[in-house]
Amino acid sequence: MTTKLHPALIAFTALVFVFLIGPLIIVVGAALSDTTYLTFPPQGLSLRWFENIFAISAFRRTIITSLQIAFLSTFIALLIGIPAAYALNRYRVQLPGWLSTLFVLPILVPELVLGFSLLKNVAVQFNAPIYLSLVVGHSLLVLPYVVRVISASLASFDFSIEEAAISLGSPPLKTFFTILLPNVRSGVIAAFILSFITSINDVSISIFLTGPGISTLPIQILAHMEQFFDPTVASVSVLLMALTVAVMAIVERTLGLTFLAK
Amino acid sequence: MKRFAGWSLASPATLAVVIFLVLPVVATIITTFLTPAGPLAPYIGFFGSGFRRTVLWRTIQVSLITTVIALFIGFITAYVVSRSPGWLKSILIIAAVFPLLTGVVVRSFAWMIILGKNGILNSALVGSGIIAEPMTMLYTQGAVIVAMVYLFVPLMVLTLVGVLESIPDDLIQASASLGAKPMATFTQVILPLAVPGLIVGAVLVFTGSFTAYATPQLLGGESQMVMGTLMYQQAMVTFDWVSASTIAAIMVVITIAIVLLMTRVAKRLNPMAV
Repeated sequence: MTTKLHPALIAFTALVFVFLIGPLIIVVGAALSDTTYLTFPPQGLSLRWFENIFAISAFRRTIITSLQIAFLSTFIALLIGIPAAYALNRYRVQLPGWLSTLFVLPILVPELVLGFSLLKNVAVQFNAPIYLSLVVGHSLLVLPYVVRVISASLASFDFSIEEAAISLGSPPLKTFFTILLPNVRSGVIAAFILSFITSINDVSISIFLTGPGISTLPIQILAHMEQFFDPTVASVSVLLMALTVAVMAIVERTLGLTFLAK
Repeated sequence: MKRFAGWSLASPATLAVVIFLVLPVVATIITTFLTPAGPLAPYIGFFGSGFRRTVLWRTIQVSLITTVIALFIGFITAYVVSRSPGWLKSILIIAAVFPLLTGVVVRSFAWMIILGKNGILNSALVGSGIIAEPMTMLYTQGAVIVAMVYLFVPLMVLTLVGVLESIPDDLIQASASLGAKPMATFTQVILPLAVPGLIVGAVLVFTGSFTAYATPQLLGGESQMVMGTLMYQQAMVTFDWVSASTIAAIMVVITIAIVLLMTRVAKRLNPMAV
């Protein structure tokens, strides 16, 4: 038996969900519009604005850059984040308490500050390529997700299984790939997806680390909006939403989406 | 030996955070104390400027209002979601996760279409004869707050659903069967148990709005400058890096102070949690 809910509460919640989903439906409508200005409901349906995305070379370029940066930075974050999460769980007693706080810092420090500091003290100071700084910035941005999600899936892992494998003569690396990794597989998938989406959508770090010749998709959208307020932005937004739906479908298949509420 | 193994596995990530986050951010803050004009000059300059004080105050105001509204909406929504039957709960969580995973630019853009001079809201209001002329809604503080609330409600809902789910139904029914009115059950049973979650949610929303860039830029523009947009302008438009660093330092200090303060409050209110 569940608690009865007051009808007013239910009505209020229904309105909240209209508020949450409504604006996104409006964006889809605007993207399908036939007119050169943004209207809703659309006057005549057309896919011309989707074609327009690929006709504009800046969008083509930045979509590729954004995908590259997202893959690279997620890969790096997994590469350094998985061992860190493993160490934090396996050697909890041996490691100082502040270490886990350190891995939360990228969430605690405002993204704008991190982006600006990377520009000022790494990119400019050491004349580092902007692309590299962008990858570094995004890797740091997504690292906390990797460490947190992998830690959560390691929390239920029984390390004595691993010890048994090692005492039976399995080499450490083989143990990692055959015993540990399969057990945290869903955590790795979740971490990958969260990181990828976070990187693709990032504005605050990227805005400092993009310049002539290199830009990411959200920054390009901002730049485009300043000049033309046309449905192209709406159609790019729909592409990003489609990506989100695809990602959610993968999460649902592998973990169930309620996982994200934890 | 074990200590060494732990450190060697954790060291790549540790080094990455120290070298590319801690050191650059600390360096940014330190430079504000090493200006030729004297150690506190940039701060005296910041707080001496009426415009900048207004920007700081506006940012705090917008963040506080956003946090309060998001707490209110998020709490009620999360409560209903947490008490919904399984299938409906999944659908509602998906509906809350979807906007969360949709980027901040897309979500702010949606509100530009809605609130613009020829936007949907104005067209609807003029079309139905409620107002004669389109109203100015975009580039106002209200627009920034609406879009920020939109940004953070899903986060608040997801943070609170987990907390509220862990309150057993039996407890709520026990309270009711002992004669408590729904309102009393709410204020005396549910609310106190939800406090740790509410604090986490409030911290996330406040620090998120306090340091936001894209939303205030798109919906507030020049007239509604906040700390984030001012910092960007100082760094990338006027190239005044000392001023940008000062704003960065103030943002870091306020963010970390809020987090520490609220963690302490949470511990005091509920020593078992956090």
